[in-house]
Amino acid sequence: MSRCLKLAAALAALAALVVTPVMAGGLGLGREATPDEIAAWDIDVRPDGAGLPEGSGNAYDGEEIYAEKCAVCHGDFGEGAGRWPVLAGGQGTLTSDRPVKTIGSYWPYLSTVWDYVHRAMPFGEAQSLDNDEVYAITAYLLYMNDVIDDDEFELSRDSFAEVEMPNAGGFFDDMRPDTPTLAQAEPCMRDCKPGPVTILMTAKALDVTPETDEGDEPEAAPSLDPALVEAGAKVFRKCKACHQVGENAQNKTGPSLNGIVGHAAGAVAGFTYSKALAAAGQDGLVWSAAELEAFLAKPKTYLKGTKMSFAGIRKEEERAAVIEYLRSFE
Amino acid sequence: MTERKSAPPDPSRRRLIRGALALGGAAAIPATARAAGDPAITELQPWMQYLGDGVDARPYGMPSEHEVDVVRRDVPWLTADPVSSVNFTPLHKLDGIITPNGLCFERHHGGVAEVDPAVHRLMINGLVDKPLVFTMEDIKRFPRVNRLYFLECAANSGMEWRGAQLNGCQFTHGMVHCVMYTGVPLRFLLEEAGLKPGAAWIMPEGADASAMTRSIPMEKALDDCLVAFAMNGEALRPEQGYPLRVVVPGWEGNMWVKWLRRIEVGDQPWHHREETSKYTDLMASGKARRFTWEMDIKSVITNPSPQAPITHGKGHTVLTGLAWSGRGTVDRVDVSLDGGRNWQSARIDGPSLPMALHRFYYEFDWDGAPLLLQSRAIDSAGHVQPTKKALRTARGENSIYHNNGIQTWHVLKTGEVENVEVS
Repeated sequence: MSRCLKLAAALAALAALVVTPVMAGGLGLGREATPDEIAAWDIDVRPDGAGLPEGSGNAYDGEEIYAEKCAVCHGDFGEGAGRWPVLAGGQGTLTSDRPVKTIGSYWPYLSTVWDYVHRAMPFGEAQSLDNDEVYAITAYLLYMNDVIDDDEFELSRDSFAEVEMPNAGGFFDDMRPDTPTLAQAEPCMRDCKPGPVTILMTAKALDVTPETDEGDEPEAAPSLDPALVEAGAKVFRKCKACHQVGENAQNKTGPSLNGIVGHAAGAVAGFTYSKALAAAGQDGLVWSAAELEAFLAKPKTYLKGTKMSFAGIRKEEERAAVIEYLRSFE
Repeated sequence: MTERKSAPPDPSRRRLIRGALALGGAAAIPATARAAGDPAITELQPWMQYLGDGVDARPYGMPSEHEVDVVRRDVPWLTADPVSSVNFTPLHKLDGIITPNGLCFERHHGGVAEVDPAVHRLMINGLVDKPLVFTMEDIKRFPRVNRLYFLECAANSGMEWRGAQLNGCQFTHGMVHCVMYTGVPLRFLLEEAGLKPGAAWIMPEGADASAMTRSIPMEKALDDCLVAFAMNGEALRPEQGYPLRVVVPGWEGNMWVKWLRRIEVGDQPWHHREETSKYTDLMASGKARRFTWEMDIKSVITNPSPQAPITHGKGHTVLTGLAWSGRGTVDRVDVSLDGGRNWQSARIDGPSLPMALHRFYYEFDWDGAPLLLQSRAIDSAGHVQPTKKALRTARGENSIYHNNGIQTWHVLKTGEVENVEVS
């Protein structure tokens, strides 16, 4: 076939998007790879051992190399430093709440260990280990995981097939769909749940979301009025019997008030609120200056059922002062 | 060239948002000014009076300085080191279906490889008639195509498998992006080398320090995979695999090997690290599902969402979000305001292409009462987005990958939004 015809065929295949047998030839682009080039890049190893090079190593030698090159991240016993991967242990945990997936507990094939250590480890110095070192580290990882018990077992291309990984039978192929399809039922559109929906869990309670700088841009934080803060400190004496604020403030009869202005209501950690206040918080009440102002004027009227047995602050300027004082504590 | 700076994180952010919300949307205009008119109109703004930059000031244009918080973000506690980690697309700040190149989430295992295209090679070897080496110039002489596809990490929403964890769709759903790729159908390259009998799998391999590998069945490789060198009209970004990556439409992102240097052809899969120890789905039985390649039907409301609260108070409100499926197009998206009791179909706007993001909108009159927002998508293969509860029932608590469950956002009276799970 001429180049031109081949191109036409390629474009036809493209247009039709059909899977047709692939034939040799094509457009005559590229050049043949040399054996040395292939040897330099073709480093992969398969479960049947295809791709394993010559060389050998045992766990006894592997321990020393591991201690020098791997333990800094993976720990002396493969337990993993910080959040670096755990390499050993975890057998029997795969059905537990916290499965520990290690080479011994999870990895189905030994070839994967050899291949990965060789191609990508040590982290930041990939492909710096020679073949004997990779065999030795692999043997040591087996030893740490109790897959072999002889630290002089010589792992090599020839002995490789003698090792069977504990979780070799632990995998099966995709069997989705395992969730609803239209073939089973048209999804419900009306009254799909028996009653009002309730919240079971909130991300806020965990508080693991990274802080971001969003929302800072439009306005600077309103600055505090020092005279008002000072006046508020005096007014706060009325509150001190039950509330603490400032450094080391703790929940007492009432919750700690650090950062309360602008804070969600009923949400100070560790404090048991009245049902009324907890419910208001659930509904989204936030202690803005305006809401606090109304609450502090007549607590029992503002929120029927509150535990705060306090008549309220009658004077408007005193309420403004105490709110300003509270604003001064993050 | 102008460099974008992102302001340092400010712990008082939540207070500020709350403060702004409490005051309402009109906070920007002081009451005294209102009588005389909006100063945005009545006062002369500097850009109305003085000259701006010339055409020689911005050889590569960047967004307005007012968009500095439209950035990828990471979650430091997730991984041991940012060099082998992930960051997240700011979905709540984007619209339409195309992700800007600089905002596409990143996941790499040995940092961003800075490859010199002049010495980049692609080798095809294994079960082929003739092992070949291509330069970038060679690759660009093959017929090329343009295709719009989403790429989603199989671990997207994985942190949410057991329950609500992160407050923001950037973090819960931001391991997805969608761009237009320009590249060569992989079958042309395989054809060029010629497949030997028994050739049933390929193994693309990256040139980065992790030498990433995955096994892909030949049927998929010959069907719609591409070897791409451009995204959204320009060269791939380094963090997306410059100068060359594999595109595996609709399948999990980990298979889209970046910095592609080699494709081996074989008769069986390789069972490498990323398809055994990772990207396998552990079931309650203690057995794990492997080769779970397709990304299932999924959707999320991007606005309102925890990072994008309602700031205008009650009244007419635009709800929007994204939906996608690795099994075809998205045929329908339903939206619920009451936590999944009642549903209304949303409006899909913009192109509806297979294995690409779809944009949906639902406009409604908010009465200021708390809402529990959900979206539920249905794809052209007839798959319905499941609840998270249904996923956990089918797969247990430890599956992590392929979480396409329905997301719930709790809109509070103040307009603030929180990530929750509901009954």
